[in-house]
Amino acid sequence: MDEVMLSVRDLHVEVGDVEILHGVDLDIRYGETAALFGPNGSGKSTLLMTLMGFPKYVITRGSIEFKGQDVTTLSVDQRARMGMGMSFQRPPIVRGVKTRDMVLACLRREASESEIRDMAATAGLSDFLDRDVNYGFSGGELKRSELLQLMAQNPDFVLLDEPESGVDLVNIAVIGELINKLLQKEVRIRERHHAGLIITHTGQVLDYVSARTGYVLIDGVITCTGDPQEILTTIKQNGYEECCRCVM
Amino acid sequence: MRDVMSEAQEQTKKRAKRREYVDPDLRKYGTTAPEQSYEDDPHRLSDDMKRRMLGAGVMLDETGARSGTFIQVDQTPVHVSSVQDGVELLAVRDALAKYDWLSDYWWRAVDSGADEYTASVDKANANGYFMRALPGQKTMLPLQACLYLGTEGLAQNVHNIIIAEEDSELHIITGCTTGPETESGLHLGVSEFYVRKGAKLTFTMVHNWQAGIAVRPRTGVIVEEGATFLNNYVIMQPVQDIQTNPKVWCVGRGATASFNSVIAGHPGGRIDVGSRVFLEAPESRTEIVSRAIVNGGEIIARGYIEGNAADVKGHLECRGLILNEGGIIHAVPELRGAVAGIDLYHEAAVGKIAEEEVQYLMARGLTRDEATSTIVRGFLHVDIEGLPDALNAELQKAIDSSENDLM
Repeated sequence: MDEVMLSVRDLHVEVGDVEILHGVDLDIRYGETAALFGPNGSGKSTLLMTLMGFPKYVITRGSIEFKGQDVTTLSVDQRARMGMGMSFQRPPIVRGVKTRDMVLACLRREASESEIRDMAATAGLSDFLDRDVNYGFSGGELKRSELLQLMAQNPDFVLLDEPESGVDLVNIAVIGELINKLLQKEVRIRERHHAGLIITHTGQVLDYVSARTGYVLIDGVITCTGDPQEILTTIKQNGYEECCRCVM
Repeated sequence: MRDVMSEAQEQTKKRAKRREYVDPDLRKYGTTAPEQSYEDDPHRLSDDMKRRMLGAGVMLDETGARSGTFIQVDQTPVHVSSVQDGVELLAVRDALAKYDWLSDYWWRAVDSGADEYTASVDKANANGYFMRALPGQKTMLPLQACLYLGTEGLAQNVHNIIIAEEDSELHIITGCTTGPETESGLHLGVSEFYVRKGAKLTFTMVHNWQAGIAVRPRTGVIVEEGATFLNNYVIMQPVQDIQTNPKVWCVGRGATASFNSVIAGHPGGRIDVGSRVFLEAPESRTEIVSRAIVNGGEIIARGYIEGNAADVKGHLECRGLILNEGGIIHAVPELRGAVAGIDLYHEAAVGKIAEEEVQYLMARGLTRDEATSTIVRGFLHVDIEGLPDALNAELQKAIDSSENDLM
């Protein structure tokens, strides 16, 4: 589908009176998966948190349009109910709230025990349903827990903040499979509806999840757009200096 | 700088003044109450009474889930029944008349001269319940008791004795409540527990008072070798004032005492609750866990563990959540070790709901209210090891049913 799902225009964002994003433009179409590269501190997580609507990230200029509706001023829960979902890089621990309760909350409907168990099994978290959300989870378990919640939420647009960080090679494959489910990769491209934006430092997740477009964000500005594998190869060979030169 | 200091000092004085507190004056409360008639079938008590009792976990329409029922209205036991062999349930005055040996247990775990309230209970020749599991008798269905304060302005006196004999297992639910129209009153409840060698006793108490009621429970527990005492306390409804600090002595090797408290504070109320555990025997252990939440009023969550023998272990955890301005939580965890080789530690935290957690749940599609409610429900959820599943579920239900009143 060529129709645009998410359209970002001239996005300026401040955190604590410091401008982090200086005019980001971005289009993501229905069915499209995009990868976002950039050095530490370039504003990648700020961009994702802003798209999701967290109030700490203050939009001072520009707009975000999602599924044809201006969502620039909508709250995080309103955006979630419109079909946005996010996997956090470092999700908080929520003591007392069981993973099972969280899955149910994400589903927003009644569900049988077997349905929940099946979902947990898919994420390799069968033994975690009665544990407090994210409490004592390893790196891989945290990421799988995030994806389990997203599977229950079933968003149209998925924001993934470094889904492979702190994860061993075996877990990356599992995580890749889960992301592919979320992004409906088993469906033919033309029929695919879900879209996603993935932050990746190492690009390892792209060995499992194919992305159509790559963006490079440096110092709060998108400096490069193109084939994600080509961008990744360039970054691996020349570092981000090459990307910086692109923008000069 | 001086202005800032004087302002801070002024604020401190104001807060101290707000905390100034006067104990209930016994002279303000009546001591006599109308005689209550005995009721063979508790199902026939009034719907109002049954509803209030149900709010305190006492079920009178479905007694199949209980092995016995005791109900005291004001000063008078109005129903006593037991269907379980090997478990005795009597009015304590009847038990004292029946068993000469019971006088050895009378005022042994609690000092009658400890304060004016214990003295008042002693002087009043108070009635209450006597529960006893015979040696080796293990029963999973709990006994239930209700202490019901129905007469306006009354000082209700209660004295209970609970004995779990050697190698027995006994579960008890006690609900304390008032009549729907009772606006003021004072509940004085003395409870003495004896957990004999190898026995297990769980005691779950739900308080369902009203905003004008003052409460002074006085509790003493003696836990012998290899025995376990598990105490759960829930108060979610408004109350004027509660002060209680049960004392537990673990006197036998390997004795264990656990306390779990879920406490909700409401505007105008003052709840000062804690537990004091004395680990007197080697390898004895204790865990004291409290969850306090306020939307007004003051909660003082105390805990005291004293290790006086080798290889004892104690863990104290007080967590407090302040929902809005005006509520105060004062956590007072204390540890005292008197010998080498002991292991005592505590954790205490008081704060507000973490905005990061709220936003996290909102990112899953929950509204702010739903996210807050989910976090509060989680905060109040206490997994109690050693409590039968059905009782655990009932306890959580009692908490959940009142949770909305807090929000």
